[in-house]
Formats: sequence, C-alpha cells, structure tokens
Amino acid sequence: MTMPISKKILFYFLLSIAALVVFAPALMAFVMSFMENKDIMTGTIPQSLSFDNYLKAFEQFPLLKYLFNSLVVSIVITIGQLVLSSLAAYAFVFLEFKGRDMLFFLFIATMMVPFEASIIPNFHIIRDLNWIDQYPGLTVPFFATAFGTFLLRQNFKQIPKELREASQIVGMGDFKFYLKVVLPVAKTSLVTLGAYGFLTSWNMYLWPLLSTTNDTVRTVQIGLKQLQTQEQLNDWGVIMSGAIIVIIPTLILLFLGQKQLQKGLTEGAIK
Amino acid sequence: MGYIELMGISKSYNKQSNVLNGIDLTIEKGEFFVLVGPSGSGKSTLLRMIAGLEEISGGTLKISGEIVNHLPPKNRNLSMVFQNYALYPHLSVEQNILFGLHAKKIDKEIQRKRLEETAEMMGLSELLKRKPRELSGGQRQRVALARAVVSEAPLCLMDEPLSNLDAKLRANMRIEIRRLQKRLGLTMVYVTHDQVEAMTMGDRIMVLNDGIIQQVGEPIELYNKPANLFVATFIGSPKMNLGKAVLKDSKLLIENALEVPLEQMEVPTSLQNRDLVIGLRAEHMPHGSEQHQIQKVEIVNVEHLGNETLISFEVGTELWTAKWLGQWLVQVGDIVPIHISVENMCFFDADTGCLIQEAAFSQKQEVVSK
Amino acid sequence: MSMTKPMPDALEIQEINFESVKRKQRVKSFTKGMLFLLPSIVLFGVFLFYPLFKTMYLSFFLTNARGETTVFVGLQNYIEMFTSPIFHQSMKSTFLFVLYTVPTTIIIALLLAVLANEKLKGIGFFRTIFSSTMGISVAAASVFWLYMFHPSIGFLNRILNLIGLESIGWLTDPNWALIAVAVTTIWMNLGFTFLVLLGGLQSIDSYLYESADIDGAGYFYKLRRITIPMLSPTLFFVITVTIINAFQTFGQIDILTQGGPQNTTNLIVYSIYREAFSNYQFGTASAQAIVLFIIILVMTIIQFKLGERKVHYQ
Repeated sequence: MTMPISKKILFYFLLSIAALVVFAPALMAFVMSFMENKDIMTGTIPQSLSFDNYLKAFEQFPLLKYLFNSLVVSIVITIGQLVLSSLAAYAFVFLEFKGRDMLFFLFIATMMVPFEASIIPNFHIIRDLNWIDQYPGLTVPFFATAFGTFLLRQNFKQIPKELREASQIVGMGDFKFYLKVVLPVAKTSLVTLGAYGFLTSWNMYLWPLLSTTNDTVRTVQIGLKQLQTQEQLNDWGVIMSGAIIVIIPTLILLFLGQKQLQKGLTEGAIK
Repeated sequence: MGYIELMGISKSYNKQSNVLNGIDLTIEKGEFFVLVGPSGSGKSTLLRMIAGLEEISGGTLKISGEIVNHLPPKNRNLSMVFQNYALYPHLSVEQNILFGLHAKKIDKEIQRKRLEETAEMMGLSELLKRKPRELSGGQRQRVALARAVVSEAPLCLMDEPLSNLDAKLRANMRIEIRRLQKRLGLTMVYVTHDQVEAMTMGDRIMVLNDGIIQQVGEPIELYNKPANLFVATFIGSPKMNLGKAVLKDSKLLIENALEVPLEQMEVPTSLQNRDLVIGLRAEHMPHGSEQHQIQKVEIVNVEHLGNETLISFEVGTELWTAKWLGQWLVQVGDIVPIHISVENMCFFDADTGCLIQEAAFSQKQEVVSK
Repeated sequence: MSMTKPMPDALEIQEINFESVKRKQRVKSFTKGMLFLLPSIVLFGVFLFYPLFKTMYLSFFLTNARGETTVFVGLQNYIEMFTSPIFHQSMKSTFLFVLYTVPTTIIIALLLAVLANEKLKGIGFFRTIFSSTMGISVAAASVFWLYMFHPSIGFLNRILNLIGLESIGWLTDPNWALIAVAVTTIWMNLGFTFLVLLGGLQSIDSYLYESADIDGAGYFYKLRRITIPMLSPTLFFVITVTIINAFQTFGQIDILTQGGPQNTTNLIVYSIYREAFSNYQFGTASAQAIVLFIIILVMTIIQFKLGERKVHYQ
C-alpha cells in the first residue's frame, strides 16, 4: 500500500520536528564544542569554528587516560559478561541436573536486587580487597548478569537439541560443544549482548565515582564530571568538547548495532 | 546370538506410566531393521535408548554380546542420522562430515582418505566447501548420511531421515540408503511412521503401538499374516477392509449385509460360534466376471490411478475399497459384480483383535515359494 | 535347581551396578552443571546476595567511618528515618519524580515509535536519531542539560526572554529543580524506550492491518484497536523498567543539583549516597537502601505477577 503524497509530507514534517527536538541538546553541544567562549556567552552566531576547545580539553585534563581506562573497563566487563552468561545459559539449556530449576529461580531473584541497594557493603568489599583505584574493582562486580543469561538462554534454546545429540554420539564433551558449536552458532546474539554490555559499562556513573579516588583508573564519565566542576572559568566550549568525546564511541556503536540491539532487547525482555 | 539384543526393555518418565513396555527383540548383524508405528508409539524413544541418548528404565540392552545399558553413546560404536539432519550450520560440508573423526582425534591422514572416499560415494565431492544453508534438502540429507558412513561404525541408527524430503526425492533416497546399507554391510535400525518406507526398505519390520510390540516379521509376512487388527490396518495401502462377521449355516454373514458362501472350504472349529472380524485386501476383490462367489455392490466412490482403479462401496456401516487392475469406466451409483471369496480372508477375534486364521490363499502361496 | 539358582543373583548384581552407574552419572552431571554456573553464582553471592544481607544487618547498627558496626540499635535507624523530615522530603520527591518521568517518557516514546514505524524512505535515519539518546551517558546528558538550564546563557531562558518571559532558575528554584531533573531524565530514557517500543510495533503481524484496511478502518481506529492492544506486553515491560530506572536515578542529580535546592531533588539513591559516603552514617544509609530494595522488589514482583501471561521466562 502506498501513502498519498499529502500524508507522506505530514509524516516527514512530524518526523523532522521530532528529530530536531530530540536531537537539539546534543546538536547544540556539538556546535558549542567548536565555538569560542565569548560567542557562547553572548549567544551570537560564531564567525569561525575551530578545534581549540578539543585541544584545550586534552591539554588540561588527562582525557586520553580516562578514555583508555573507560575502554579497558568496558571491554573487560563485556568479555566477563559474555563468558559468564553464556556458560550459565548453556547450563540452563543443555544440561539436566538436580537443582537446575532452583538455580534458575535464583537468577530471576537477582533481578529484584538493585545494585544501588547493596552499594554500601559492595564498597566495603572492594575496599577490603584493596581494589579501590584498581581495574578489578571497577569490573568484576558486573560480570554476572541475569539479563544476559536470559537473553542468551532464549537464543540457545533455538539451537536444535539434535546438534548436541549428534555430538554426543561422536563423544564430544559439553565444554567442547559449548566452545565449538554453541558459541559460533549463537554469534549474533553474543554480539548483541556484547554491544549492550559495552554501552552500559561505558556509561556507568555511580560505581566508578565511588571506587576511584584518583586518575589511575578513573573512567571518562567521572572525568567529565571533574571537567565540569573544575572548569572555573565556565568555559562551556571545553566542557562540551569533553562531553562530545565521551559520547562518540557509544553513539557509533549504537548506530552500527541499532537493529541488532532492538531485536535483542525485545527478545530478552518479552519472550 | 543377535547383534543387538533387547531384553525386557521398558521406559518410563518420572516413574509413572510406561512409554515402552517389555520390549524383547533381536536384531541380526547386517540386517535392515525397521521400527514402524504411528506418532507417539515409542519408536523414536526405543531408537534413542539404543543410541544411549535416553536412559533405559528397565531391562537389558546388549550390542554385539556386551551389556551397554550404562555406556554413553560414544562407547556404543554407532552412528546416527536425525530427522532434521543435525548439520552444524556454521561448518562447511567437509567439516560437518569430519566432525566426528575430529572429535575422536583420528589421524589427519586417515581423515583425509575417508573423507575423499565418502564424498565420492555420496556424490558430494563438489560441495565440500559449502555451508549447509547453501544446500538443497536432498544434498543436506546426503551430508547427514556421509557423516554416518565416514564414522565406519558397524551400526547405524536412523530416525525418520526422509520425512523432510519431497515425495520424489524420498523414493530415490529409499533406494540409495538401502543400497548403501547392503554395500557397507551395516546393521541398520531405521525408524519411520511411513509404512511404505517400512515395507520397501526393511529386511524385517517391527510394528509398535502404544509402547507395545504388535508384530515382528518380514514385510510380506506382515502384509499377509497381520498378527492383529492394528497391523492389518497399519500395513498396506489402501488399508485392509474389515467387517464384523459370524458363521451361520455354512455361510459367512458380514456386517449383517453380505452373505458369502463357505464353499468347499473346511471350517476350522476355532472359527465357530464366536464373534469374528474378517479382513480382506483390496486387490483380492477383483471384478466378478464368470466366476462364482459374486456379490453385487453399489459404487459410492471411484478413484482412477491410471494403471488400476479403486472402487469403494458400503458393506453395512463399513466402507470397503477394492482395487481392480486396469482402467474401468464405472461411475458412482453403478451396481457392479465383485468377487468376494472366503479363501482370501483373514479371520480375527472380535474381542482381542488377534489373528485366528490367515487367508487360505496366502498359505498356498507360501507353499509355492518354498 | 543348581542351574537355575545363580541366574537371578547374577541379574540382581547387574541391576545394582546399573544403579550405582546411574548415581555416578547423576553426580557427574550435577558437578558439570555447577561448574558452568559457578562463576555466575559466586559473583552473585559475593557482590549481590551477601551485600544485600549485609545491608540488612548494617541497618540495625551504628557504624564508624570505616563502616564497622559499633552499637546495635535495633529498629532505631528505621524509626529515625521515618520521622526525619529530610527523608520524608526525599520519598516525596522520589515518588513525584516517578510520576513526572514515567508517563511522559512512555507517551513521547510511543508517539515517536508510531511515527517511526511508517514505511517511508529514509526512516532509518529518524530511527537512529530517536534512539540516539540511549548511547548518551548520564554524565554527558547532564552536562548538555546543565547548559540548557543555565540561568543566563542557557537555551531555555534565552527562549523565554525572547518571547518576553522572565528567566526561570531551573536548577535553583525549589519549584522547578525536580522538573528540570525530570526533563533531563525523560530525554535520556527516550532512546531505550523508543527502541523497545519500536521493536514491539514491528512484531505486530501486518495482516492485522491489512484486514483492517479491507474493512475500511481509519488510522486512529487502527491505532486504538490494533496497535495499542497488541503492544500491551511491550508497553507493560517498558513501564516497569522505566519505573525501576526512575527509582535508581543518581547521575543527573549529582551533576545538576547535588540534591538541592532545599533537598527537593534529593532522590532516594542520592540520599543513600550522601548519607553513606558524605556523612558516613552507614547504618541509616543502609536502612534507606532496604527501603529502596523493598520498593524495587515489589515492582519486580508486580511485573512478574501481572505480566505472567505475557512476560514469561520459561
């Protein structure tokens, strides 16, 4: 069915307005990051755009270090989540043993405990392990995820049981089957979960705020907060350039994996 | 001693009612053995128990003289072909065929040699680099077979391997599997719900219903001497015509509608004074020309198959079908003479459904063949 | 007799063997299952279940600055919390905040999703724009809006001045601060909510619309009679997730208002954070954390119970 032209124009009009409003804050920040501070202050249209704010941000703050830290933390969490939730999902789909249903309930139960509610003892645990200002302190607590396990479980369940049986007949063990068959076959859902895991870990705020006290492992999100609070001159151009740098990796990831994410999120949640 | 021996095998889930009950069976080496039955009869469960994929609840299973109840599938030295082929979607045809050899860490040189031989035999040499999704249904089927062949296991189990193929391909594959089995001297246990497949492929057939063996025997034996009403209706197409009958004054009264004279046939005492069900194959009711024992029936349906014609008519409340060779230009509503003879009838006990006496006609035939 | 006697014995011995083999296999498969699950279970235990019980435990004590328990006070922390006007304010703000953000987020996201579900050329571009806020972190989003809300150079006040209205102290006026934080939050959550709702819309079978077209149904009739009912499981999921997220709000507050002015934006997680890590009152902070836990618990149980028919995990 094709739409009449007038209706099409209406839709494009509404879509454009909506897109402009939704994207305005990010767009303004993007433009400001190239503007001189006095233009921002007076609200005039800039005469010229420059990368000066970006250079300043990198000079005045260890942004590169923060970016590197964020990258390490996000990648480690992503890998940890993929490994742990794929192992757990495998057990729930392909292994039969006593107590499996009870453990599955335990996994569901974890969804009822918000991390924020258990953050005080968690902080003490990390401190007692001497993991403050350490990568493990920023990453290990987030390896186990019920969401990831459910998402992969849904996907593993679509692998025909006969594949496992055929491998049993030739004497292939469970771990090898997991490694050689399940993981490659479920590649796309692993990518989806990976993208989601990376996105959320990159954007983490509260925990890195608590578990870092200096620049050694501080992530870029906390770095941005530092930039914003320490920028005494109210140099919005520099602040915005910092913010733009922070969101670029995740935006790229989102643009690349939007379709996948959308499918994955709906499946993990609704199925 | 047979190659596979099942002694009192039973299967139950959660210790509740049995899916399979007291299965005693011996399968000989090099035999093509077919397990046939309607869905839910337990045939696949039985196959999976032989494979070791399903735990055996009771009884003993021996393969080549050894008790294997407790052994995992890999120690039973067998191969298996699944209904959905169970091909690994991320692996090429070559990797799929070699999957088992690789898992068993067989020498690379030998792997290569066996791969070449098998691919050649199955006509897959050109397709080795393809992924399963790039193959047609028949080609996938071949890869699944190749995987069984390459393992060189003496015992091959197949679970409805042809049911995902179209009719024409299925007929070809029947012959191909059969030839392969003879050529390699495999012992084959083959599960199907299709009685045509069972009849055309099996050296021997076991008919299973509701977890109980109905009959074990050669295809012709099952066709001519069905042990009970279930086998009688399950084997053969169109199915055997059945009718309640009683013996009365040297006549057989069928469904209170049809009277068939007993003629010179001696009536065994076993048939007298009891409720019977008689069974008559469609091809044993030819057009009654000059013969005696003619009944007049009204045609209610005609099916022209080209080389033969199926004529349906009512006998009491039963709908019977006769198969006449050649093309007959008859129409619904016509009254036609039809030859119905006691000689061709199987007699079953109406209460138990068990065969009392097979058709006299087939007894004669057996004598001839022997 | 001598021949038949040993037979049953031999059979029995076999039976026993099978049983022990079966038992061994069961133990083996249990161990295997546990090995696959162990990493997750251990981490859940250490960083989730243990801290939860520790939080309950702490909530009955006074602590020193290191978080070690000093005096057992029983329910005193809870009593103080429930009588404290600051906590009252915090709860009030939290629930108001949920009320401000959840319906607005979902309505806007639904409108966007319905718009973006049309099969038009270049629709992918609009979908990307609408979902983009999902990729923007709390910190960055808060910084963007910190500018928007800026009293003198901020975009919003400039617009107000342009049309002749007076500037609003978005983040400093107790009447506006919570709304300002809510606006930021709605904007941030829009991307995720939009993406999930769009997924829900796309999974509605198109023949439903085709048959409605044949019956001559109008756009809004189809929207009301097909789209919304068919979308209800997704909507339900999105509502609960958004509510739970709203209760867990922290980053926006930390950057935009630090809980002020006059504690009007001191939402529960920020309140816990301040109590624990600025005031070092781990006992009372734990009591608040338990309140948060119970709220989320109830929300999750409602989600499971009400959504049982639609949202099932088995």
